[in-house]
Amino acid sequence: MPDQTTDITLYRLQACPFCERVVRTLDELDLSYRSRFIEPMHSERNVVKRVSGARTVPAIVDETTGVTMSESANIVEYLETTYSEGGA
Amino acid sequence: MVDFDVVELPEADHVETGETAPEFTRPLVTTEFWEDRSLSSLLENGPVLLVAYPMDGAFPATYVWNEIADRGWTDAIDVVGIGISTPYEHGTLLEERDVDARLFSDPGAEVLEEYGVTNDLDGMAGIVDARPAVFAIDEDRTVRYAWVAAEHPEFPPYDAIGEAVDDLTA
Repeated sequence: MPDQTTDITLYRLQACPFCERVVRTLDELDLSYRSRFIEPMHSERNVVKRVSGARTVPAIVDETTGVTMSESANIVEYLETTYSEGGA
Repeated sequence: MVDFDVVELPEADHVETGETAPEFTRPLVTTEFWEDRSLSSLLENGPVLLVAYPMDGAFPATYVWNEIADRGWTDAIDVVGIGISTPYEHGTLLEERDVDARLFSDPGAEVLEEYGVTNDLDGMAGIVDARPAVFAIDEDRTVRYAWVAAEHPEFPPYDAIGEAVDDLTA
């Protein structure tokens, strides 16, 4: 559920299936997050490049843990490991 | 001399100086991304100049943002537009006008309705546009200056608004 006061920021692109995969995981784990929809043009994604070092989405910034991460598979694994009950 | 017909707009029951500016949340567009933001979250960082303006692509939108960029208000106060265009159109406008502002997207015009600054475009079906309006809002969400267009087209009284910005940021 989108929230302005959360610690997790998700950089996403509209209709990007890899982004939706991360959203699904966030929802499953009942985590609140802030959505930032970015520019479709790869060359104009400077904000993502600044925060994550790459122009790809999805990317998340988790201020609670200080983690910034790209690539949906990595992000899903990180979220499940960090936030699922019984996770590490 | 060209005779320039302006259309009188119906009287607007709009937010007035001294009233509390209605709180709202809408996607706020920068040149880099858009995200839900509330008015009060912006006011945490200082006063806001809220500029309601017609659809991106209409000539008043171009004129207003060119003038705001030229006058350098964005160096003095957080200048935030609100209009019915989509976030993508807002992103294009910010780039084309090269103005250091952010724009709220209010496609359903609900926020504009709440501020009493709409224009029904002579009954055009399915669309309600913004009526040009400018509100200077202080950190307590009090409207310290308000101007709302009474005719179409009508442009903001830039000098008076500049003075209001000076008063608010002094």
